[in-house]
Amino acid sequence: MSGFFTAFLEMFDTATISSIVAGASALMFATMGETISEKAGVINLSVDGSMMLAALAGFVIAFETDVVWLGFPAAAAVGMAVALLIAFSNIKLGLNQIAVGFVLFALSTELSRFLGNSYVGRPPVGVPAWDIPGLSSIPFFGPVLFDHNLVVYLSYLTVIATYLLMYRTRKGLEMQGIGERPEAAHARGIPVNKLRYFYTALGGALIGIGGAAFSLDVKLGWSDRPTRNLGWIVLAIVIFGGWHPLRAAIGVLLFGALQAFAINLIPEFPSLSQVLPSIPFPAMILALVVVNWKALLKWLDRYPFLRAILRSDPPTAIGTAFEVD
Amino acid sequence: MSLELREIHKHFGPVRANDGITLTVETGTLHGLLGENGAGKSTLMKVLSGFHSADSGEIVLDGKQIKLASPHDAIAAGIGMLHQDPLVFLPFSVIDNFVLGSPGAWRLDRRAAEIELNELCERYGFNFDAHTPVRLLTVGERQQLEIVRLLWLGARVLILDEPTTGISADQRSKLFATLKALAAEGMSVIFVSHKLEEVADLCQRVTVMTRGKVVGEAELPTPPERLVEMMFGQVIEIQDRSDVGLGVSHLELDSIQTASGLLSEEPISLDVKSGEVIGIAGMEGSGQDTFLRLCCGMRAPMKGTVAITGDDLTGKHYREFLNANVKYLPAGRLEEGLIEGLTITEHFVLTGQDTSFIIDWGAARKRAKELIDDYGIKGTENSTAESLSGGNQQRLLLAMLSEDLKVLLMEHPTRGLDIESADWVWEQLLARRQEGTAIVFASADLDELLRYSDRILVFFSGRIIGELDAAATNVDEIGLLIGGRSLGAEAAASS
Repeated sequence: MSGFFTAFLEMFDTATISSIVAGASALMFATMGETISEKAGVINLSVDGSMMLAALAGFVIAFETDVVWLGFPAAAAVGMAVALLIAFSNIKLGLNQIAVGFVLFALSTELSRFLGNSYVGRPPVGVPAWDIPGLSSIPFFGPVLFDHNLVVYLSYLTVIATYLLMYRTRKGLEMQGIGERPEAAHARGIPVNKLRYFYTALGGALIGIGGAAFSLDVKLGWSDRPTRNLGWIVLAIVIFGGWHPLRAAIGVLLFGALQAFAINLIPEFPSLSQVLPSIPFPAMILALVVVNWKALLKWLDRYPFLRAILRSDPPTAIGTAFEVD
Repeated sequence: MSLELREIHKHFGPVRANDGITLTVETGTLHGLLGENGAGKSTLMKVLSGFHSADSGEIVLDGKQIKLASPHDAIAAGIGMLHQDPLVFLPFSVIDNFVLGSPGAWRLDRRAAEIELNELCERYGFNFDAHTPVRLLTVGERQQLEIVRLLWLGARVLILDEPTTGISADQRSKLFATLKALAAEGMSVIFVSHKLEEVADLCQRVTVMTRGKVVGEAELPTPPERLVEMMFGQVIEIQDRSDVGLGVSHLELDSIQTASGLLSEEPISLDVKSGEVIGIAGMEGSGQDTFLRLCCGMRAPMKGTVAITGDDLTGKHYREFLNANVKYLPAGRLEEGLIEGLTITEHFVLTGQDTSFIIDWGAARKRAKELIDDYGIKGTENSTAESLSGGNQQRLLLAMLSEDLKVLLMEHPTRGLDIESADWVWEQLLARRQEGTAIVFASADLDELLRYSDRILVFFSGRIIGELDAAATNVDEIGLLIGGRSLGAEAAASS
């Protein structure tokens, strides 16, 4: 028991918190991307695969050109391409988003193993550290938030921008509209399918950038399926986040904290070292149960504020195709 | 704005929804578009609002031909449509619904929009809290919101598709007053309905459509018989019902009570005899649906007993009620009554008596064809439930009822149906009654309640506020009770 407490207390170390924030960037980008896509009505189930393929593309381009920043647009392009395939097959061909997404997950995962084979173990390329002058010397917040690199700072900006887009702009409201009730959006003169292409592509690009953030910043270099399972976690966090960017961002940090906690526990319980790293996954499932627990939500109806925080209603038209005669 | 539609054609697959429609609407008039369900009215209006694009035809607005490739073009031209099921976003707030789709800068200025919304609401006597989710608004309020939104966007031609479905009598008179005021301000209003009286009440001119074609036009007022004749080709006589002797008790409720919040604490008792028709009146959501679900065994009472033809079935599974020949036809025909995606044949197979493991599809199709003919369903044995119009869905539901029915519970038996279908439905129901079925039906249509019931129960906030003999009461008395007041109380208040 005392080992458990030791590990728990370590969680409040400035260094631990700082590393959680730094390590969250990849998931942060991908989660924002998936939230945008789903909010507009298109579920991109390929995240786990497309993020992986994008991570490879990012690494390969950065490695070959020796310019680390070129890796990001390359990864974004890969993520966008996969996402557009899903949008196209759903909007133009009427195929099921889930089925296509799953096939594309498998395909891009295998493609990343095949294409990445010769890059396994190559020397890594990483984003240079850059602490923001002034801000990084603020006690506690400085080292936690502003002593990282440009990629981490951009992940903050992406969260804020996603929030502002969705809730503070006309375009964002329209985006929510096409995912909620496309026929009503159509009746208001909004080009539903054109915008679905756009937001799926935007979401895919962010998922791709998430991949690059992983291979060029979080865990440098290329190995066999380096981002595996992260994509599925992204899908879970979007639900946990109730399709709200800020809540989803909290979900990403919680997941990171769980991971850090599990790793802290290993030295205390060496015999469980194989099991502990997988703790965050069942914990995520538990979190999903909580936000979807009917009885709990019913009880929460009495506390509108709490209910608003914990509610998790999906966009009504998510996963469906929209067609006009 | 004067508006002209010329030779509009629109088909969906083999169905010619609009087959060469020509129609003129004058500036500042209330123009009725009358026709039975499936006559093509909604399709025509969706073409006019850019929701659907026409296969061919011209639309001329103020002498200029306009092209409507999308609702965007229609809104820009000043044509706004209120759809039958108001196309609002339920989880979004009133203000978000109001501004969604409006032109303007990137940044959303909700506060400015709220001021404009409130101004418009004040002008037309509507009242919303801008931050309530639209989910919590009644259908009537959702319509009001859509109307002010369309006006705000600059609509000069306002289309309303069956706007009185699902709204209260109060909201209806308010709606009519608003529409009259708008027409007086120079707006062209197109009022789509299958209800004669409403068109006659409201409009100055009416166009009648049948099977995708215009079959007549008239200035109002005009004798209603003429309009009925245009719609159906003949005047329908309403037949008086014959008296049926009452038999044994088929449905007995003995002081039933439910968990709190569904019905009020007051226990409810009721005895319905064979051949009796009980009408249930009340505002939507006054407990009628819970009550019917208690009667059919879909919900068990907390206290009290439910007996069917003398057998106590309290707390028994819904299947036992079905086996006792109790049948419930809910308001949501497609949601609860039928299965989307399954064909008429498959529906009959599912509800039929045949219990063999392998389905004899040949025989099933033959049986389906017979029933389709018997019940006059417009469709084939391979039509899916959702492809049928509301009236034909109701016909299918009635065709699926078993022969020896003891208790039939219905919600809104004729809601959304045209006169012909509604009369046909009641013909079927009265024939059942003749055979000894006890019928309990909930309806918002007071005439229907008065015409067909023996007794009328009025529900008000979860309890039965009045039990009336249908032969000895009238619309006024029921109307007051529905509003929670009795005639006595009214008299006391006025004295």
